[in-house]
Amino acid sequence: MKIGIPRAFLYYKYHYLWESFFEELGIEYVVSPYTNREIYKQGTTYAIDEACLSSKIYLGHVAYLLPKCDYILVPRVFGYGEDGTVCTKFQAIYDVVNNTFRDQKIKILYYNINPKETANEFRAFLKMGKFLGKKKAAITRAYLIAKQNQKVNQMMDIRKQEQLLESNQLKILLVGHQYNVYDRFIGDPIIQTLKSLGVCPIIADLCDKKKAREASHEISETLPWAFNKELVGAIALYQSQVDGIILMSSFPCGPDSLVNEILIRRIKGIPILNLILDGQEGSAGLETRLESFIDIIKLKKEEKDGKL
Amino acid sequence: MENCKISFPRFGNYHIALEFLFTKGLGVEYVTPPPSTKRTLELGSKYSPDYVCSPFKYNLGNFIEAIENGANTLVQTGGVCRLGYYGELHEQILKDLGYHVKFINMSKADYQKPLTFYNEFKKINPNLSLKRISSALLAFLKMVASIDEIEDFVRQNVGFEVHNGEMEKLQDAYLEELKTCENKKDVDKITKKYKKKLKDVKVKKPKKLIRVGIIGEYYTIMEPFSNHFIEKELAKKGIVIYRWMNVTNSVLKYDGKKQKKVIKNYVKYYMGATSMATVYKAVEWAKEGFDGIIHVKSFGCTPEIDAMPVLQKISNDYKIPILYFSFDSQTSETGIQTRLEAFYDMIMMRKEQK
Repeated sequence: MKIGIPRAFLYYKYHYLWESFFEELGIEYVVSPYTNREIYKQGTTYAIDEACLSSKIYLGHVAYLLPKCDYILVPRVFGYGEDGTVCTKFQAIYDVVNNTFRDQKIKILYYNINPKETANEFRAFLKMGKFLGKKKAAITRAYLIAKQNQKVNQMMDIRKQEQLLESNQLKILLVGHQYNVYDRFIGDPIIQTLKSLGVCPIIADLCDKKKAREASHEISETLPWAFNKELVGAIALYQSQVDGIILMSSFPCGPDSLVNEILIRRIKGIPILNLILDGQEGSAGLETRLESFIDIIKLKKEEKDGKL
Repeated sequence: MENCKISFPRFGNYHIALEFLFTKGLGVEYVTPPPSTKRTLELGSKYSPDYVCSPFKYNLGNFIEAIENGANTLVQTGGVCRLGYYGELHEQILKDLGYHVKFINMSKADYQKPLTFYNEFKKINPNLSLKRISSALLAFLKMVASIDEIEDFVRQNVGFEVHNGEMEKLQDAYLEELKTCENKKDVDKITKKYKKKLKDVKVKKPKKLIRVGIIGEYYTIMEPFSNHFIEKELAKKGIVIYRWMNVTNSVLKYDGKKQKKVIKNYVKYYMGATSMATVYKAVEWAKEGFDGIIHVKSFGCTPEIDAMPVLQKISNDYKIPILYFSFDSQTSETGIQTRLEAFYDMIMMRKEQK
């Protein structure tokens, strides 16, 4: 049996966990490649026109994997309890995939995160492991190892970034959902452009999530979504250490449509650029916007340092 | 403190019931926002983020127009989709615009704990009497249910009036008279009277009735201006219009278990906000052999977008046509008309072929 893992959406949150879980259980899996134009195009043919760019890309990855494996991993998340809710997209994605690819007879490997159940993630993985024909002891062991692996790796990623904060380069905080920031098609062009301009991008997603969720209350009191709380909180944590902020969203992201507006109205004293990506724009427009944003920051910085 | 003049965004005909609840239950003045118009939407859009869903823009427009009419306290509800975050941004935008108003954000209340609502309301009127509010609440709920009941009747019959406009006139008079209610008994009496009057209106129905069901997102489906009065347009063509979605069915009589059972061949998990009701009614009406279904939503409404692949399967399996409408602040009237005409012609042709 071969499991297909779409390199989109929750992959970026859980890939350490998923990959080592399957490895420990000795289950073969394949991750779809980095998003490319072909995958994006596939996604747009399957998705509803109005759906957000990120979900179109997700469906593109599912379509890519469909002929290459037996099951496709599509987890479903209802929410994270006290940590926050999720965009309804994550509540619906299992059924969206199932209906969209019904005629292709898709087989989905899934698990469900529901905060109403205690130890919900472990239980969900137990169920999934049993479906894969594994014994309870083996699944438990695989989960614990995978969880440890996830924790260590995520901590290392955060450490690496902390070192970058020491650098003397111009630093820009890149605020966007993991599945957008790390996507080759959406976020990577921004990161690469920033680097080519001599700027050090700081990824808001790489932070202590618990601290960030708490810190988000300083900026917004009733923010419901866990992922947005983490990003908003990261701004509170990193703001004093960076020279500017880029908000990047995929069109027309529901939560971001409101949250970005709150941020623009409430975060003062630091330049903010609001980038909304719809997959249609050429790279030239993006580069121009980033260049002029960076130019302004450099100019202001030099003024402040008395060089002008 | 100056007198509290409270307002809540316009939403179908429920402002009548809300006015009752606030004046009789809470003992405060209620400012009904003027009916939504192009100006409401323009005002709201001007100060809203570009790609936010249009109910946000309408609500903001309503708030501004209510303030213009003297409101000094605004209430926004909580919700399970983006709606849950409307309040905080509305409050911020109004503040940035320089309006000095009190803002009651119900998303701060916890739906699991009714007492937290009481606490929010206490902010409006510190002398709140629990007895008074509970008796007003009963009448309020009855009023909501009655408004829905009358609307359902009109929707299914208005297309067949012998004398055009009679039902609409009666419905307007009914809503006007509801404003005189003091208690639940009054609501019952007035509703009974108008039910009879409506039944007495002369109608002429053809043998072969065309039945079309309307499904979709909470606000757009219930606020006629935001869906370009689509129900009225369809009814005028001699169609029986069905709409399940109203406050009675979605809140007062909500039955999630039943919905889940009906849709189990299509949907395994709750897909967010109104998407379950959307799929549920599509399945039921498809099974009942309706002639068509119309799906309405505001542009970018995620739960309803996610219901669409499911609707496409239902349409395929039961061979029932579904027309999809997505409304935003730039929707053109002629575009809607043309698509409605084409849909109507198509279902008429299918009817004749049967």
